[in-house]
Amino acid sequence: MTAIDAPALAIDAPALAIDARGIVKSFPGVLANDHVDFDLRRGEVHALLGENGAGKSTLMNILAGLYRPDEGEIRIDGEPVTFGSPRDAIAAGLGMVHQHFTLVPSQTVTENILLGLDRPRFLLHERRSEAEVAALAERFGMRVDPRARIWQLSVGEQQRVEILKMLYRGARILIMDEPTAVLAPQEADELFETLRSMTREGRSVVFISHKLGEVLAIADRVTVMRRGVVTAAGLPTAGATRADLARLMVGRSVLETIDRVPVTPGSIVLAVEGVSARNDRGLPALRDVSLDVRAGEIVGIAAVAGNGQSELAEVITGLRPCTGAIRIAGEEVANESAGTVIARGVAHIPEDRSTVGSAPNLSLTDNLIMKRYREAPVARGWLMDEATARTIAGTLKESYAIAAPSVDTQARLLSGGNLQRLILAREIETKPGLLIAVQPTRGLDVGAIESVHRLLLSLREHGTAILLISEELDEILALSDRIDVVYEGRVVGTFPSAEADVGRIGLLMTGGDEEAAS
Amino acid sequence: MTIRLEPRIAAPRWLSAAATIGAVVVALVISGAIIGFVGGDPIRSYLHILNASFGSIGVLSDTLVKATPLILTGLACALAFRMRLWNIGAEGQFLLGAWGATAVVLSGVLPKGTPAVVVLPLMMAAGMLAGAIWGLIPGVLRARLGVNEIITTLMLNYVALFWIQFWVFGPWSESGFQQTKTFPPEAWLPRLSDFATTVPAFGGLTVHLGLIFGLVAAGIVWLILERSRWGYEIRLIGDSPRAARYAGIDIARNLIVVFAVSGALAGLAGMSEVAGSVHRLQDRISPGYGFTAIIIAYLAKFHPGRVVVASILFGALILAGREIQPSGVPAMIQGIILFALIVSDTLVRYRVRIERTPPPAPATAEPAVPG
Amino acid sequence: MDLTLVLAAGIAAGTVLVFAAVGEIFAERAGVLNLGVEGMMLMGAVAGFSTSAATGNAWLGVLAGMIAGGLLALLHAVVTIHLRADQVVSGLALTFLGTGLARVLGEGLTNRVVATLPRLTVPVLSDVPIAGPILFRDQSILTYVGFIVVPIAWFWIERTRPGLHLRAIGEYPAAADAQGIGVYRLRYAYVILGGVLAGLGGAAITLAISPGWFGDQTVNGRGWIAVGLVIFARWNPIRVAIGAYLFGAIFRFILDIQGVHSILGIENPFLAGRSSTFFLEMLPYLFVIAVVILGSRAATRQRIGAPAALGTPYVRGERGA
Repeated sequence: MTAIDAPALAIDAPALAIDARGIVKSFPGVLANDHVDFDLRRGEVHALLGENGAGKSTLMNILAGLYRPDEGEIRIDGEPVTFGSPRDAIAAGLGMVHQHFTLVPSQTVTENILLGLDRPRFLLHERRSEAEVAALAERFGMRVDPRARIWQLSVGEQQRVEILKMLYRGARILIMDEPTAVLAPQEADELFETLRSMTREGRSVVFISHKLGEVLAIADRVTVMRRGVVTAAGLPTAGATRADLARLMVGRSVLETIDRVPVTPGSIVLAVEGVSARNDRGLPALRDVSLDVRAGEIVGIAAVAGNGQSELAEVITGLRPCTGAIRIAGEEVANESAGTVIARGVAHIPEDRSTVGSAPNLSLTDNLIMKRYREAPVARGWLMDEATARTIAGTLKESYAIAAPSVDTQARLLSGGNLQRLILAREIETKPGLLIAVQPTRGLDVGAIESVHRLLLSLREHGTAILLISEELDEILALSDRIDVVYEGRVVGTFPSAEADVGRIGLLMTGGDEEAAS
Repeated sequence: MTIRLEPRIAAPRWLSAAATIGAVVVALVISGAIIGFVGGDPIRSYLHILNASFGSIGVLSDTLVKATPLILTGLACALAFRMRLWNIGAEGQFLLGAWGATAVVLSGVLPKGTPAVVVLPLMMAAGMLAGAIWGLIPGVLRARLGVNEIITTLMLNYVALFWIQFWVFGPWSESGFQQTKTFPPEAWLPRLSDFATTVPAFGGLTVHLGLIFGLVAAGIVWLILERSRWGYEIRLIGDSPRAARYAGIDIARNLIVVFAVSGALAGLAGMSEVAGSVHRLQDRISPGYGFTAIIIAYLAKFHPGRVVVASILFGALILAGREIQPSGVPAMIQGIILFALIVSDTLVRYRVRIERTPPPAPATAEPAVPG
Repeated sequence: MDLTLVLAAGIAAGTVLVFAAVGEIFAERAGVLNLGVEGMMLMGAVAGFSTSAATGNAWLGVLAGMIAGGLLALLHAVVTIHLRADQVVSGLALTFLGTGLARVLGEGLTNRVVATLPRLTVPVLSDVPIAGPILFRDQSILTYVGFIVVPIAWFWIERTRPGLHLRAIGEYPAAADAQGIGVYRLRYAYVILGGVLAGLGGAAITLAISPGWFGDQTVNGRGWIAVGLVIFARWNPIRVAIGAYLFGAIFRFILDIQGVHSILGIENPFLAGRSSTFFLEMLPYLFVIAVVILGSRAATRQRIGAPAALGTPYVRGERGA
C-alpha cells in the first residue's frame, strides 16, 4: 500500500496545516527572512506574493527542509517540528515542487518518482512500479508516460511528474514555487484545476508567485512579503484589488504603464528564411521558421519554454548551426561564427546571464569590454590598453547604475539585477543595429524591470531592431510592435500589437488551432 | 556537529599569500614527520637542503641550473592551466625537445665545424618544434574530437620516454651505454665559467644561457597573459568557455595554439638541459621536471613571475634532495605541498563555520501512513 | 610461445586493471572524478608488500593495501566534496602524494621476497575446451575475485535501489538531494570504495600477479590506463572488464614476444635486448589513446556521455529568495 491511499485527515485534525512563527534566516550579505510569520489552513490554496528577492523562496525552502532557520518555530498539524533535511519534511507530509525541477533528465519518469523512497528496498521492480505510477496519474487526471525519459517531456509534463512525485509520497501539503512561470495560459488553467481537486480532498496548497492576476484568481488567501518582511499576512483575496497587492508588494502603487511611442519601422534588418535547426539532443527544434525584424521595431516571440525560442536566438547569434538563410542588413550570416555576427553589429542579451553572459571570476572591467576588446580604443595592436578599458568600465558602471564596490570586483559577486545591468550596459552601449534579447528581465525586481523596458523602448526609438524572446507574456504584449507565436519550432501565428488577444495567443502557444477556437 | 562552508565575499589580498606560505610550511612539517617516522632525521635533511643549494655561490649556481628547466616547463604549465587546459604532458614535451635538439647535433645534418652561432639556434628551433608537435597531438584531439587531454598527455609522456630510450640504447648509444656521446663544444650553451679568464669570480659556475631563456620567456608569457588581446581570450576561456564562445572567441583554435606554445616552451626546456647542463642525451635526462612544473604552476597561481621564484625553490629541492635518505623524499614533499595548497586555497575562498546539529525531529511528526 | 599460457597470464594482468577501473566507475558514476588512482594503486602495492613482509601473511597485506587506497581516497573525498576543490587538481596531487609516499615507504623493499597469495585451479571449469585453461587454471585467487566483482558491480548499478541513487547523484544531485538522499554521504562512500578497489589492484600486483616491489616501476601507468578504460567503456563495468583483460593480454604479449626467436620464419625484430623492444613498450599507452578516442567519438554519437554531474562539486543552493 502506498502512502497516497491513506485518508486525507481525520475530522478533528488541527485547522492549521502549517504554523510558522518568527522565522529568521540570513545569508552572507542579506537578511532573507526577518521575523516572518506564516500560516496555512487545511484545505486552502494560499498564495505567497512578492517581487524577486523578497524572501518567499527562502521561507518555503525552510519549510521544505532545505534550509535551517536561524530562529523561529514551525508547527505542522499542531506539532512542533525541526527539519534536518528534505527527507524530514517529506516524512511530515510536506512536498515542494521547485521552479527549477529536480528531475534527473536521463532517467525515466518512474525512476525519478522512485528516487529516495524506502520501498522497494533493494531490487527495483520496473514493471510493477510503472503500473503504480500510471494508476496514480490517472487518479488525479494527469497524463504521463511512466517509461518516458525526462528530457523527452515538455516542461508542463515535467511539472506533472514533480507533482506526482510528491503525491506518491503522501504529501498532504504541496508547495509550488512559481508554477506558471513555464506554462502557457491554458496549461496554467489545467494546473489550477489539479490543485483544486487536491484541496477538495483535504490537502493544502501554497504557491509562490509574483503575478497579481493569478493570485487573485486562484488563491483563497494571500501573504505578501517585501524585502524579507511580511507586509500582509493571510489576507483573504476576495475583495482585494491588484492595486492593493501591488502596494503591499513594493510599497507604492506601481502598475507598469509605459507608453510606446509610435515609430515608423525602417528597412528590414534581420531576415530569417526557412530556418531549421536541431537542439542539443539532436531533435528538431526549429522547423522552417521565417520572420523578419525592421529597424525601430520590436518583434516579440511568444512561446512556452522549450518550443525552440532558445535555439532561434542561438542560430541568429552564431551559436548554433542551421539550414536555411539568415540575413542581417542584407548579408548572409547563417552558420557564421559568433565573432562574425558580433562584427555585423548584433548585440545579444543571453538567457543565461551567469555562465554565458558573463565570466564570474573576471572583473567588471573584463566583462564590460567583452565585445570590444578587439578594436580600438581598448585594443592597441595586439596589446590591450588597460587604462582605457577601466575608464570605459567606470563610465558604464556609473551610467547604468551597476552597484559594486569597484570596476575590479568579480562579476560573480553581483546580484542578479546588477549582473543584468552589466550585460545591458555592454550590449546596448554600442548602439547595435540588431538586438536579440532573451529573458531580459528574468529574476529582476519591479524597479529594474521598468528600467530595462525603458531602455529597450528608447533603443527602439533610436532605430535598433529588437527581437524580444520572453516567457512573460505581459512583457511581450507591453513592448512588442508585432508578436510571432512559436509552437514546436514553427511560427504558428503573427499579430500586430493592436490585434493582440491573450486568448488567441495562448491557444496558439499550446498548439491549439485558431480556427477551432471560434 | 556539522561543518559548513560559506563563500567569502572578497578575500583580503594578504590572505592569499599567507595561505600559500602557510601551506608550504605545513607541508614541510608533515613531510618532516614522515621522514622521522621512517627513520630519517628531518631537521638534518632540511638543513642539508638549504646548505647544499644556497650555501655558497657555487651551489647557488647549481641550483639555478636545476631551476632553468623548471622555469620553462613551469611556464608551459602555467600558460595552459590559465586556460584550464590540463597539460600534464610537459614531461614528454621536454623529452621530445631534448631529443630534437640532440638530433640536430648527432644526425649529421650539419657539417663538422659549423659555428655555435648556427648550431645553437637550430637546436633551439628543433627543440621547440619537437615539443610543439608533441603538444599539438593532444591539442588537436581535444579540439576536434573532444578527447580528454589529461589522459592523452599522460600517455604521451610514457611514449616519449620509450622514444628516448630507443635512441639512447640504440642508434645513438655510445659504446653500449645508456647515453649518447658528449656533444661537440659548438653545441654547448655558453655558461658563466666560460668567462672565467675575464672574470675570475665566475670560475666553476655552471649557470648557462638557458636561464636567460627562462627569464625572457617569463617576461613574454607575462606580457601575453596580462597585457595582450590573446591573453584576455585565454583568461576568458579559462574562466567560462561558454561566455568566451558567446563573445565570439574561437575556442578550438586557441586550444591548439596554446597547446603548441606550451609544448614549445617545454621543448625549449629540454633543449636547454641537453645543451647547457648535461651536454648529451641520456636515459634519465629528466628527474620529473615536467611533473614538478605542474606543482610550480599551481603554487604560483599561474603567474609567470611567481613561477620563476617557485622554480628556484624547487630547483633547490631537486638538487639537494638527491642526497637525502630515503630516496623518494623530494617527490613526497612535492605531493604534500600540492595537497596542502589545495586545502589552503579552499580556506581562502570560504569561511569555515562549525554548527551544532539541531536535535532530530520529535517522534510526533508522523508520516501520513505506516511504512 | 604457448598462446594459452599467454592469454591466461593476460587475464591475470587484466585483473589488476579490472579492480582499479571498476572502482573508478563507482566514483565517477557518483559524480566525482578520481585521478589519483595511480597513486592509490602504488600505495596499495607498497602497503600490501610491506605488510606481508612484516607479518608473513599475504592476506593481511591485501587488507593493508585496501586500507591504504581507501585512506588516500578519503583525503580526495574530503577535499573535493566538502572543501569543493577542483577534482582534477586534487586527483593529480594525490597521484604525486601517493607516488612519493610509496617511494619513501618502499625504501629497502626492492629485493625482498614475501608471502604471496595462493593460486587455484577450478576443478570442472578448467576443463572446458579453449576457455577453461585460460580462465580457470592456475590463476591467483584474486583473479577469481575479479571475475565475481564485475557482474556484482553491474547488477548493483543497474538493477538495485542503491544503484538508482548512485546514478542519480552522478547525473543530477539536486534531484537526489531534494528527495532526501544524502548526496555527500554517498559520494564519500563511493569515492572511498574506488580507492579501496584501487588499493586492491595495487596489492594484487605485488602479492599475486607480478610479485615483488619495483619502486616506481611497480604500477607503471596502469592507474591511468584504468581511467582511460572507464571512458572507453562508457562507465559500464562489463565493457570495462573486456577492455581490462584485452589490455592485460597486450601487456603479456609484449613481454613474451621478446623471448621468441622467430615469428613465422622471420627473425624477431623485437627480441629482448634489442633497442626496438622500446616500440613494443609504447604499445599499451598508444592503445589507451586510441581507445579513449574511440570512447569519445562513440559517446558523442550516441549521446551517452559521462555522468552529467561528473567533476562538479555539489552545493546545495546557496542564495535564497
